[in-house]
Amino acid sequence: MKMRMKATAVRAFAATLLAGALLVGVGGIGARAEGLNSEGYLIPQRQDWSFAGVFGHYDRAQLQRGFKVFHDVCSQCHAAKHLTFRELSEPGGPEFTLAQVKALAATYKIEDGPNDSGDMFKRPGKPSDPWPWNFANDEAAKSALGAVPPDMSLLAKARTVQYGFPYFLAEGLPFFEDEEQGPDYIYALIKDGYRNPPKGFKVPSGLYYNAVIQGSGHLIRMPSPLAMIFDNNGKPNNPKFYTDGTPVTPDQVARDVSAFLMWAAEPKLEERKRMGFNVLVFLGVFASLLYFVKKKIWAGVHDISPSA
Amino acid sequence: MSGPSTYVPKSAIGKWFEQRLPIGGLIHSSFVVFPNPRNLNYFWTFGAILAFMLVAQIATGVTLAMHYIPDARFAFNSVEHIMRDVNYGWLLRYLHSNGATMFFLAVYIHMLRGLYYGSYKAPREVLWILGVIIFLLMMATAFMGYVLPWGQMSFWGATVITNLFSAIPLVGNYITTWLWGGFSVGDPTLNRFFALHYLLPFMIAGVVVLHIWALHVPGSNNPAGVEPKTSKDTLPFHPYFTIKDTFAVVCFAIFFAWFVFFVPNYFGHADNYNPANPLVTPQEIVPEWYFLPYYAILRSTPNILFIPAKLAGVLAMFGSIAVFAFLPWLDTSKVRSGSYRPVFRVFFWAFVLCGIGLGYLGSQPVTEGTILAGRILLLCYFAFFLIVLPLLGLLETPLQVPASIADAVLGSHGSSTMLKGASAEPSVKG
Repeated sequence: MKMRMKATAVRAFAATLLAGALLVGVGGIGARAEGLNSEGYLIPQRQDWSFAGVFGHYDRAQLQRGFKVFHDVCSQCHAAKHLTFRELSEPGGPEFTLAQVKALAATYKIEDGPNDSGDMFKRPGKPSDPWPWNFANDEAAKSALGAVPPDMSLLAKARTVQYGFPYFLAEGLPFFEDEEQGPDYIYALIKDGYRNPPKGFKVPSGLYYNAVIQGSGHLIRMPSPLAMIFDNNGKPNNPKFYTDGTPVTPDQVARDVSAFLMWAAEPKLEERKRMGFNVLVFLGVFASLLYFVKKKIWAGVHDISPSA
Repeated sequence: MSGPSTYVPKSAIGKWFEQRLPIGGLIHSSFVVFPNPRNLNYFWTFGAILAFMLVAQIATGVTLAMHYIPDARFAFNSVEHIMRDVNYGWLLRYLHSNGATMFFLAVYIHMLRGLYYGSYKAPREVLWILGVIIFLLMMATAFMGYVLPWGQMSFWGATVITNLFSAIPLVGNYITTWLWGGFSVGDPTLNRFFALHYLLPFMIAGVVVLHIWALHVPGSNNPAGVEPKTSKDTLPFHPYFTIKDTFAVVCFAIFFAWFVFFVPNYFGHADNYNPANPLVTPQEIVPEWYFLPYYAILRSTPNILFIPAKLAGVLAMFGSIAVFAFLPWLDTSKVRSGSYRPVFRVFFWAFVLCGIGLGYLGSQPVTEGTILAGRILLLCYFAFFLIVLPLLGLLETPLQVPASIADAVLGSHGSSTMLKGASAEPSVKG
C-alpha cells in the first residue's frame, strides 16, 4: 500500500515534470516563431542577403530600388553625409551611369562660396558633393522633427542584433560568418516592428510603438516609413513605385532599402570579398609549399638519432 | 647577440664593413647559427608571429596616420574618408583594427605557453619581466588606438578608463584633469592619445629588442624544461627555425585574413560607428574583448577594509597584471615544464578557464549574479598566483624529468646515443 502510494506519487511527479517541460518547450517554440525575447522585444531574424558569404555581392537592381526608397522616403528626414553622389555610379554599388548621377546631383541646390565678393551662393550639385540634407543643422532637424534622425550613411554598421553567448562565437566562423546583423535589424524594425502596443502600454504623443527598437522602451520617434508607401491594408499607394516591374510589397521595400543601407555603409564590400578570396587562395598555396619545404628540411632530424 | 661572433664575411666589402660595424656578425650569431633546442613545439612560433604583427601594425598604422585627423571635429569623418576615398584605405584600416585583436590573441598564447612550460624560471626572469612590460605597453597602445576613431565606444571607453585615475586618494582628480587636458574627455585628450599611440609602438619595438637580447643569453626554454647540454640537443636557427616560423606566420596570416576580408567588424562594436556624443551614454560600455577579464576584475572588486570599491577595483586590475612580473619567485617548483607537473597542469587549465570566465562576465551587464561570480573568479585568479603556485612547488611530486632534450625527443633510443655522445663535444651555445 505504502509502496503503491509512493509509486503513484512518483508517477504524478514525473507527469507534472513532463507536462511542464512540454509547456515550456511549446512556449519556447512559440516565442521563437514570434521572435519575442523574454523582455517582449521582437528579435530580428536572419535574412538571406545576396551580399552574405564568401562570394557575396550586391544585387544592382535591388540597390537601385533601395535607392529609390531612400531618395523618396528616408532622405526626407535623414542625413547621409558620408555618402557622395559619385559613389552611386562607382563599381560595386547601384552602378547608375555617370550621366544619371550628374543629372540627379544637378536637381539639388548646394550652398557654396564665398565668391569673389564674399557672398555665399547656391549652385547645382556635382557628383563629388556629399548627399545634401533637408536641414541646415542638427538643431533645425530637432526643432522640426522632435529629434535628430540618425545619419544613414553608416546606419547598417551602427546597428546590430546581439544573439548572445554562445551563438556569437559561430558568427565568426566560415559558413556561419555573419556581418549582416545591421540590415537584419533595419529590415525587422521597419517591416515587423510597428505594431499595436500591448494592453496598458502608454504611447506618448509624437512617439510610436516599435517592438524591435533597442534602448528606448519600445518607443520610436519615426512614424512607420512604410506607411508613406502603403495604405493600411498593405496595398501600395502607387503600384508603379518600382520602375523595373518588381511587385511593390512591404517585404520587398523593407528588404531593398536595408540592402541599400548596407551598401551605403560598406561600399567596398564586393572589392573586399573578391580580394579576400584571392588572398586566402594565395596564402593557402604558400602555406602548403612552406609545409613541404619545412618537412624536407626537418626530415631526418625528428626520428633518427642525431649524428652531428 | 651574445658573445663575440665567428662570422667571417666572404666579400672584401663585407670584411671592410664588418670591421667598422659588425652587424653581419650580429645577425649571423643571432638568427643563423644561434642554437635552438631541437624539441620546440609550435607554441614557440608565437614569438615570430608577434614580431610579424608588430611590424604589420606599425606599417599599417603609419600609413593610416597619413590620412587620419586627430581633431574631435574631424576624427570620425577622417576615418570614414579612409574607408571610402583613400586607395585601399578600407584594407589598411581593417588590417590595423583586426591586427590589434590578432596581436593580443598571439600574446595571450605566448604568455600562457611561458606559464605552462615555466619559461620565466631562472635564468630567464629578466626576459619574462621585459615581456610583462611589453604587454603593459601593448595594452596602453591598444586602448589609446581604440579612442582614435572617436565613435561612441571610443569616447565612453576613454571616459571610463581615464576616470579610474580619479580613484587615487587626494590627487586623483588633479591627475584625471591633467590626463584629459580639460574637465572631460575632449579634443586635447584625443590629440595626446594620438601622439602617444604613435609613440608607444616604437617603445614596444625597443623593449622587444631587449626581450630578444635577454632571450639570446640563455637561449629558448623548451617543452622538456631542461637546458641543452650538448650540440645534439640543439639545431641552428637557420634553416630549421626560420622555415618553421615562416610556415607558422603564414598559417596565422590565413586566420588573420579571414577576419579582415570576411568578418572585419566581428571583434568591433556596432556603437563605434556612431560618432562620439558626450550627451548620450551608450546602453552598455564594453571594452575590446582582450580587456574584458580585467574589466570584470575592475567591476567585481568590493570594498576591502578601508579601501573604497573603486580604488580597490583599480588596484586589483593593475595587480592582476603586475602579479605576472613576480611569477619567477611565486612559482617555487624546481621543475620547469608543466609536462612533468601533473597537479600544476590541472591548476593551469583551471586558471585558463578562470580567465575566460572573467572575460565572459566582463562582456555582460552588471547584475548581482555577475558581481558574485566575478568575485569568486577574482579570488581564484589571485589564489592561483599567490597560494597555488608557491605551495604547489613544495607539495607536488613531479614526474621523472628527462636527463636531456635528446632524451625527451628520442626516448630510450636516444638515451643510448646520449651516453655515447655526452662527452663528445661541449655546447655551442653562446
